[in-house]
Amino acid sequence: MNWRRVWTIAVKEYTQFFRDHRTVISTMLMPLIQVLLYGYLSSDVKHQPTIVWDLSRTAESQQLLDAFTNSAYFDIRYRAHSMSDVVRHIDDDQALAGIVIPPDYAKLLHEKKSPEVMVGVDASDATAAQAALAAAGAVGSSVTQQLQIQQLKLEGAAPSGIGVDVRARAWYNPGLRQEVFIVPGVLALVLQFTMTFLSMSTIVRERELGTLEQLIVSPIRSSELMIGKMVPLVTIGYINVTMILLVAVFWFGVPVVGSVLLLYFTVLVFFFATLGLGTLVSTIAKTYIQAVQLIQLFLLPSMLLSGFIFPVDAMPKLMQVLSYFVPLTYFLTIVRGIIIKGIGVDYLWPQILMLLALGLAVFTTAVLRFQKRID
Amino acid sequence: MSAAAAVSSTVRVDALTRRFDSFVAVDAISFEIRAGEIWGFLGPNGAGKSTTIRMLCGVLAPTSGSAEVLGYDVGRDPEDVKLRIGYMPQGSSLWDDLSVEEHLRFYCGMFDIYGPGEKRAVDRWMERLDLKKRRSQLAGTLSGGYRKRLALACTLLHDPKMIFLDEPTSGVDPLSRREFWDIIVGLAEEGTTVLVTTHYLDEAEHCNELALIYGGKIIARGTPENLKHAPGGGETIEIVSEHNVAILDAVESLPFVRSAGLYGSALHITVAHKEDAAQLKAAVSRLGISIASLEPVTPSLEDVFADLVRTP
Repeated sequence: MNWRRVWTIAVKEYTQFFRDHRTVISTMLMPLIQVLLYGYLSSDVKHQPTIVWDLSRTAESQQLLDAFTNSAYFDIRYRAHSMSDVVRHIDDDQALAGIVIPPDYAKLLHEKKSPEVMVGVDASDATAAQAALAAAGAVGSSVTQQLQIQQLKLEGAAPSGIGVDVRARAWYNPGLRQEVFIVPGVLALVLQFTMTFLSMSTIVRERELGTLEQLIVSPIRSSELMIGKMVPLVTIGYINVTMILLVAVFWFGVPVVGSVLLLYFTVLVFFFATLGLGTLVSTIAKTYIQAVQLIQLFLLPSMLLSGFIFPVDAMPKLMQVLSYFVPLTYFLTIVRGIIIKGIGVDYLWPQILMLLALGLAVFTTAVLRFQKRID
Repeated sequence: MSAAAAVSSTVRVDALTRRFDSFVAVDAISFEIRAGEIWGFLGPNGAGKSTTIRMLCGVLAPTSGSAEVLGYDVGRDPEDVKLRIGYMPQGSSLWDDLSVEEHLRFYCGMFDIYGPGEKRAVDRWMERLDLKKRRSQLAGTLSGGYRKRLALACTLLHDPKMIFLDEPTSGVDPLSRREFWDIIVGLAEEGTTVLVTTHYLDEAEHCNELALIYGGKIIARGTPENLKHAPGGGETIEIVSEHNVAILDAVESLPFVRSAGLYGSALHITVAHKEDAAQLKAAVSRLGISIASLEPVTPSLEDVFADLVRTP
């Protein structure tokens, strides 16, 4: 390995990268846009617009509605005067949920009977609907409990302590904030995209330009050429990581619980795999367009399989097996583990090793395929 | 050029063949190039010139046969070959977003030239190829002629003993072409062996030795002078007339006409034997087309080439 040649290549790549303002801006802006979009869009299943048809119009029914509002999942914006009002608002997407309180609500309560309250949720968006339905159920049981205690007090009896108190706690992310889960994932996703794309295009572009042929006929070895091209990309990758982390911590208030040092080290392992992947694609594709299509063919399924959106454990067996071949799967576990749970090498070593092994396999294949001869 | 250098061969090619799937791009060609020679490789696009050069530079592996460049086997020791040669590929080999000087420094790095040696090499070739004034200009903004100069400078930094120039003057204006050839001839005079491909037949006159390649095979070789006089004892007759095309149509199919074609404002017709010239003259006069002149001329390389391609 002639490091002077590696450095010469790296200097050339740096010069070209920073001279191309459009690429600089897009590589720096893209991660920011992604993290802001995912960060904001993921957090808002709460405060769903809600329409209410309150036929009871009593203090009791108002108490129930307050309970809904206090859950933070329902935002009562409309008052309906008929059932068709409710349906119409949900139909044209003005409201996600409709609450209907019967006219005899208060009366039935006083008679110690159970009134039925209807909550209808637009389930075409399953995620939002699920959250709203769960919240409605919780509101129902807590109101019932309160009413029972009130009733017992009225009757002069002390409420008995009997009952199973299930204390469910959300660990690591006590506020159940979506962005705490999503933002570290975006970090992984953005890195995968940037690294595969940049490494692919830096080689394919030279091939299309005809400059690769000139390089191949110079004494440089393919490994020197590859490393020289990858060094600047690793720098860009680290700039991206740092930017995303800063936004995560200072903008979204996502705390980095674990070791930042370990995070930066594992990022390097992930670079290894993703840069290798980009290079591999560049050795298969003949043109830039082909390469872009090939990369997309990998990037989209890898996002879906990795557990970025759907948990791997909940996938069908075959999909789970496929996900084991996606570097992103391991890196997501690592990133979320370090940032959210604060765990270290003692827990994450299997993932780190697997990521390293995958990276090594991909990278070696890429180097072998990236022969100096162009036939 | 020393006597010893004159006899030693810089390039020795033996039955070199390259296939791409079923297509035979280069078909068992053999030749030798002596040190300090300008060796011209002529032929139409797709004849196999670039493929041969790529094999000689160690970029493309031969399918069969062998080739030795500066004493190294290109199939076995491509890296040794690459260290010692300069290769200027066809088409662009420059980065539009790097300057003239950045290119030169980059290639110094590739060939392990650094420190004072780097500055010396860069300055020397910028000076020699008239690139000094444009040292900080981006390659993308250079004219065709200067792009070629820069590409050539990049291949010369490490003082190669042998350079391969693939269509070095394509897309260059005539004046720059002439200047470029002056540079090539100068390099050869200093002892650098040059293999150059071209499809400009007028440029071939600069070469010491020529090989015509067609369909992957070398169909003729020799000095430019030899080639013009050699082909089968035939004769080339130049006809000047206002009705060139009509004459061409009429004589093309005559049995004793080996090849015929337009050459500038004249018509060049090659006949198989000297005696056929009279027959041609008779045939043309029977057409009743007025002609300005009809006389034997020394064939141009284009005539030779057309002749060789038509009579395999």
